[in-house]
Amino acid sequence: MTDIKQFLNELLSLPGLSAYEGPAREHIASTWKPLVDEMQVSPIGSLHALKKGFGSEPRPRILLAAHMDAIGMMVTGVTDGFLSFTEIGGIDPRLLPGLRVTVHAKRNLPGIIVMPRDALLPERKSETPVEMKYLFIDLGLSAAETAELVQIGDLVSFAQEPMELPNGIITGHSLDNRASVAAVTACLEELHNVQHAWDVWAVATAQEEETLGGGFTAPFAIRPDLAVAIDVTFAKGPGASDWRTFPLGKGVSLGIGSNVHPGFFKAVKEVADKLDIPVHNELMPRGSGTDALAMQIVADGITTLVIGIPLRYMHTPVEMVAMKDIQRAGHLLASFIATLPVDFMQNLKWDD
Amino acid sequence: MTAKTLSPVIEKEQIALLEQLSNACGILSDVGEVRKIVLEKIQPYCDSVKVDALGNILAIRKAQQPGALRVMLAAHMDEVGFMVVESEEGGLFKLVTVGGIDVRYLPGKPVLVGKDHVPGVIGAKPIHLMKRDEMQTAMDLDGLRLDVGPDGGDKVKPGDHVYFATRFQQVGSSMVGKALDDRIGVVTLATLLQYAPANIELLAAFTTQEEIGLRGARVAAYGFDPDLAIVLDSTPAHDYPSYDGSENRYFNTRLDAGPAIYVADTGTISDPRLLQHLFRVAAENGIPYQIRQPGPGGTDAGSIHKQRSGIPSVSISVPGRYAHSPVMVSRLSDWRNSLTLAHTALTTLPQDILQRA
Amino acid sequence: MKELIRSLVEATGPSGYETQVRELVQTSITGLADEVKVDALGNLIARKGKLKEGGKRVMLSAHMDEIGLIATFVDDNGFIRFTANGGVFPVYLLGSRVRFLNGVEGVIGAESNNLRDQAPAMDKCFIDVGAKDRLGCPVSVGDMAVFVRPYLDLGDRLVSKALDDRVGVAILVEALKQLQDTPNELYFVFSTQEEVGTRGAITAAYAVDPELGIALDVTKTGDTPKCDKMEVTLGKGPTVKVRDSGMLSDPRVVRWMRKTAEKAGIPYQLEVLEAGSTDARSIQVTRAGVPVGVISIPCRYVHSPSEMVDYQDVVNSVKLLVALLSERIVLEQQ
Repeated sequence: MTDIKQFLNELLSLPGLSAYEGPAREHIASTWKPLVDEMQVSPIGSLHALKKGFGSEPRPRILLAAHMDAIGMMVTGVTDGFLSFTEIGGIDPRLLPGLRVTVHAKRNLPGIIVMPRDALLPERKSETPVEMKYLFIDLGLSAAETAELVQIGDLVSFAQEPMELPNGIITGHSLDNRASVAAVTACLEELHNVQHAWDVWAVATAQEEETLGGGFTAPFAIRPDLAVAIDVTFAKGPGASDWRTFPLGKGVSLGIGSNVHPGFFKAVKEVADKLDIPVHNELMPRGSGTDALAMQIVADGITTLVIGIPLRYMHTPVEMVAMKDIQRAGHLLASFIATLPVDFMQNLKWDD
Repeated sequence: MTAKTLSPVIEKEQIALLEQLSNACGILSDVGEVRKIVLEKIQPYCDSVKVDALGNILAIRKAQQPGALRVMLAAHMDEVGFMVVESEEGGLFKLVTVGGIDVRYLPGKPVLVGKDHVPGVIGAKPIHLMKRDEMQTAMDLDGLRLDVGPDGGDKVKPGDHVYFATRFQQVGSSMVGKALDDRIGVVTLATLLQYAPANIELLAAFTTQEEIGLRGARVAAYGFDPDLAIVLDSTPAHDYPSYDGSENRYFNTRLDAGPAIYVADTGTISDPRLLQHLFRVAAENGIPYQIRQPGPGGTDAGSIHKQRSGIPSVSISVPGRYAHSPVMVSRLSDWRNSLTLAHTALTTLPQDILQRA
Repeated sequence: MKELIRSLVEATGPSGYETQVRELVQTSITGLADEVKVDALGNLIARKGKLKEGGKRVMLSAHMDEIGLIATFVDDNGFIRFTANGGVFPVYLLGSRVRFLNGVEGVIGAESNNLRDQAPAMDKCFIDVGAKDRLGCPVSVGDMAVFVRPYLDLGDRLVSKALDDRVGVAILVEALKQLQDTPNELYFVFSTQEEVGTRGAITAAYAVDPELGIALDVTKTGDTPKCDKMEVTLGKGPTVKVRDSGMLSDPRVVRWMRKTAEKAGIPYQLEVLEAGSTDARSIQVTRAGVPVGVISIPCRYVHSPSEMVDYQDVVNSVKLLVALLSERIVLEQQ
């Protein structure tokens, strides 16, 4: 049995920025290995794992996509021992000053992000936020040592270590979207001894934060009948309280909107209701910000669904999620797949 | 010899269908009401019909000769509107716009909610209660509410789509309605299926999710894998006077000036071979046309032409005033000429049009 | 190679109407490729080599199109209003000269004739082709134009419009000439419509279905007075792109390019570009995904009518490309 919480904690400690998912991918692959029949790494770095169904071939396929890439930064220049950098994924520059980071140079180097004093910046109102292009990373090394070890293009990760708060609340960086990778792992674990009819493709996608790269390419290779994006969504908390937010630890969300097939939604909702798994309707009036946005329009179109795990402080180094919600997402997926009839697609209806 | 084909016309039957479709409601892939009407209409004329994973209708009418060019025609079924996102006490709801709508159009408009067309309004503060400067500021979406009446709240829920309630009308030579963009193209396409040219394989896509990124057309084009594509859409006409009487050079298109042919827009540079064919057909048959002013905006062609190893594409639109507002106005003459242009262009489509000069 | 560059930059090829450039390329690669075709969007695709043991199917892409203008309106007095076809910066408009596809040339003026230190917005500008009225104007709505400016050879430095990306086109042509034997199946794609959203590369990549993609394009520099910070300098060699705002290069491809350059003693720079992208962006998400990389030619004043590149950078780009493609390609994991 995989201890999902331990797996998640280990995963959070591994770098895996967009396009550089290697370390995270290897850990996921070794954890999934006993749970699946086949694995491949896609040309752009997604992990495609197949757990075969028990019906006769050809079997219908369901794709579970959770992106494994994390946001971070990249070195753009080295001047007198100070590093300038740019973001990978979306980061609010206001939370960077004073932050501890790891620079993945010739070896991993600890660093801090420095905000220069106003007098050294272009004329500005004092105490206004400093743009990312004026921030520096200081490694505490001499200029010569720095120049020797660091070069343009080196990656920078948040150095915040994960912490556990009471009642199974995890906080740390990269929970977006390692929390969902953990949920897919929980699903595979639960399906381990289950006779399901469909082929299950568990995919840890690459490059979601930058280009939805894995979302566009994995379904092309796999050609699933159904595809689910599992990603984090906004939990209610300081600064987040409107209709786009859901209580932390009180259940997962199911997307409603143009990236979700209403028949697919209905079928998953029924399973959740039957099992008393609390689910919230997540409205996506203009589309989903997940891999589903890409997966739906791959090739001649794919029937998609979005499951959300509520998370506070998205894209900060102190994201916060409830283990309970991760388990719920995994259980919901596994229960749906376990009862998924072979002829589901033939009976799938538009709600006309 | 080409097989003789009847020429299609816009008459009572087509206008009645447009009325039915303009009054029907459908956003993004949630276009069941529109889809049902279209399916009923086209089924008798098609060799195959299916609804795909995004809710597009993909209909095929085969050619009556071998080796015919496979031509995709696309018109989108979805319109712009709103989604209910949050309920408050007493039948009031918060809304979010879906597709490009200028929020300044909203206050004081009647709307319909959901599949049952529950009536409601978007209200506004009485002028008597306003502070002096309030009218100088645009009302924003956060301040506006859908109101379905104090006791109507149980008929509406978050996630429901909301539509302008404008009823279709024919006024002299004009058609007035809410979703002429692009139900007018939908009727044109349905009519072309009915009077399908014998010389081509007609691949008709009634698409979804056009208004939010041309998404339905993308998968439809991939699925059809046609030789070329023509998009039938509706495009804004801003052909009214400027405030100071100076020459209007931002009209995009003009009413009664004929179908609008696209050379370039945000999403597509039209295939020059198809453009030349349209210009020639129009000239030879005395069909008036105009070139839509190159610039912002786009049609399903924007995603179609990039599918697989490339699909030469062009768009023909019926001009309409006040697009993406509660009410649009288009002219019968432009619609008729669009249909004639599209039909004639298809029946005279040279077999070797794609052998680049 | 300078003559080739000159003839390429002097051709007219706005996005979507690249015929002149394509014909030039077709002529200059005659007999060099095993197969040449033009696809539905006008991409010229030339194959060299057939897949051999240990080889890869590689797509190389340099775009033929250049930024330009489209006529949107002709007024009663024959002045032409226009919009951009690709990323045209208003700051370069006033006083520029343009040439339409039909050969008509004109100058750009602005509504206020007293502008001294201010760039007029595009919709306040017009093209004057010397027409006296609407009927006498030889330009119609929808006609496309490009900027014109004489080609300048400053010795090491070359200056012209459309070096973005005819210099990449020239490098591909030259590499095709120099390449002898290769275990790889190479598709030299001279792409269309890059400046309006890397569109040609989308369909070309779908058709080629490569195992590896490389774009050749220009990139910005950080070596002019008080410009935005960027660690790329003219004359210090082609760059190996790590990322731009449209994609991240495949780290394995970056490593392979760097190693190859170092082994062959070819100077190179590492590039992180914060605004802009290339055909590689489209190739990367094609079908089931493609590892991609980019070799960029440092270029000052990108998207102006006077772009500047260093000739040695161009020569070194060819060397690097030939070195990369002549051998078996091994992409190593980190």
